Amino acid sequence: MGVGIQVTDLNAWYGANHALLGINMNIPANHVTALIGPSGCGKSTFVRCLNRMHETNATARVSGEVRIGDVDIYAEASPVEIRRRVGMVFQRPNPFPTMSIYDNVASGLRLNGFRNKGVLDEVVERSLQSSALWDEVKDDLHKKSGASLSGGQQQRLCIARALAVDPEVLLMDEPASALDPVSTAKIEDLIFQLKSQYTIVIVTHNMQQAARVAETTGFFLMGKLVEFDSTHKIFTNPTDKRTEDYITGRFG
Amino acid sequence: MVLVKIKLQEAGVAGQSGSPSRGRTRSGVDSQPEPSLVRKFLLSRGSSAFADRTFRGLMLLCAFSIFGIVALIATELVLRSQMSINKFGMAFFFRQIWDPVSGDFGALPFIYGTLASSFLALLIAVPLAIGLAIFLTEMCPRFLRSPLAFITELLAAIPSVVYGLWAIFVLVPILREHVNPVLAKTLGWTGLFSGPNFGIGMLAAGVILAIMILPIISSLTREVMTSVPHTQREAVLALGATRWEMIRMGVLRNARIGIVGSIILGLGRALGETMAVTMVIGNRPEIAKSLFAPGYSMAAVIASEFTEASDDLYLSALMEIGLALFIVTIVVNALARLLVWAVTRGTPARIN
Ligand SMILES: Nc1ncnc2c1ncn2[C@@H]1O[C@H](COP(=O)(O)OP(=O)(O)OP(=O)(O)O)[C@@H](O)[C@H]1O
Ligand SMILES: [Mg+2]
Repeated sequence: MGVGIQVTDLNAWYGANHALLGINMNIPANHVTALIGPSGCGKSTFVRCLNRMHETNATARVSGEVRIGDVDIYAEASPVEIRRRVGMVFQRPNPFPTMSIYDNVASGLRLNGFRNKGVLDEVVERSLQSSALWDEVKDDLHKKSGASLSGGQQQRLCIARALAVDPEVLLMDEPASALDPVSTAKIEDLIFQLKSQYTIVIVTHNMQQAARVAETTGFFLMGKLVEFDSTHKIFTNPTDKRTEDYITGRFG
Repeated sequence: MVLVKIKLQEAGVAGQSGSPSRGRTRSGVDSQPEPSLVRKFLLSRGSSAFADRTFRGLMLLCAFSIFGIVALIATELVLRSQMSINKFGMAFFFRQIWDPVSGDFGALPFIYGTLASSFLALLIAVPLAIGLAIFLTEMCPRFLRSPLAFITELLAAIPSVVYGLWAIFVLVPILREHVNPVLAKTLGWTGLFSGPNFGIGMLAAGVILAIMILPIISSLTREVMTSVPHTQREAVLALGATRWEMIRMGVLRNARIGIVGSIILGLGRALGETMAVTMVIGNRPEIAKSLFAPGYSMAAVIASEFTEASDDLYLSALMEIGLALFIVTIVVNALARLLVWAVTRGTPARIN
């Protein structure tokens, strides 16, 4: 079951570059929240702060509070335990090239010491089915390596890998930017099905996609959260002029 | 004749290498107005087939010169050790005797000494080198990184005779006074650490070799680990991996071929290392179970006895030791390649 996320006064830096400025956001549980905004506005940085990936960058710094469920992730938890609860799909597919497809999907569970073969088989199949990849790879689960798939297949493999650990929150940073329209539609269906069980935060450049899958949408501009509201409101009647300009394609 | 051919080709006149596409271009040019300056220039360069062919020929020559050199060394070694080969036959490689006075020779103690000291060196150096590389690439604070890397690489540049001297005056006393007694007490029951403790011997040779090959293995390992893309580390971290799990799954796994390659290079150096080993191994042609006991290696016996080889058979036997070293090196390298192939072929191996 998903949990909500409360972000309070979040700031993030890369060296001297102040990439996020005082973000406040209340992400509802078991909903899809889309983040939109022009390139370089800090969307990726923001989602990376939600599973403490931001701090893996050598120059990065962060301040503020992020609560996932009732845990303040920066004060009360280790990055490792947070990342076990919060799955992530990256902008560029990053499967493990030295592992078979099966091992890629099972990697999260194996990593955490899970060994039950029967359950692993089940989880791998279910995850690959959820990410709409099962039919394409079921015959060479153990034969092919993660890197031998096409770009779009690799991304769906990465989604399966993230789903296999049954996360409470799923962060997706432009998961469909490398996919063809058919795969994109599959992914969107998948997000639709998953949202009753997971809290999903998705970054996207595709406004139709945001409108299709998300109940809530946040608009970022130059490191600030300009507007955060129901998707319907953002796309039909935004409060802020800058949001309207962006939505209607007048800049960005 | 060749020159003429080049000229023709450069002028764009179709020789036997003239391709149909060029013909088409030319006829296109005929029927069209003046081609642009750039197009004219590019057309005037012809097919460049001669340049390509010359380049390939040169590179082929370089490649084949390696075969030539290896063949030359092998034949020379065989010819020069003819006398010993005739006298002892294949048994030379399996005999445990080395008696210059009565002219009775066998290579086994030396083969054993070379292999034992080299593998001992790997046993000590590989974990250290990989640990060092992991520290340098994954956890070292920035300001320490380049000094540490620099010092490790510096170690590789020290001449081996200096290592030998250092081993005699520093390492051997330390082993004799502090390390060996502890080993004898705790692990003496294995038989590997027992008997008289001189300090010099197989263990000393293994340790000094380990120190010598450490920088090679560690700097090459560091190199391949650095080249693993950052996205791989992030992928593992995002699954909830600890630092070590991230390194194991996201870095070492991806870098394993390169790491094995660096170990092979280190092993190659250990097999052929002469000076430092000669100075501490004890130079006694015997095979002993205890690592405290003195031994001898192939390179060491050639270096230290070549000048005093008084008769032809003795010299010939030393030459055959050289041949043995040559063969052992090739076999060990081939086995190592086989290992790499086995590790990486087909379906990737499972984790754990
Ligand atoms: N690894 C990094 N090192 C230094 N600065 C970075 C790094 N990653 C991002 N930045 C900076 O942080 C700011 C926000 O970048 P971020 O990647 O969050 O943008 P984004 O909204 O995800 O853009 P896009 O839509 O192009 O992915 C930018 O100014 C960028 O230059
Ligand atoms: Mg981004």
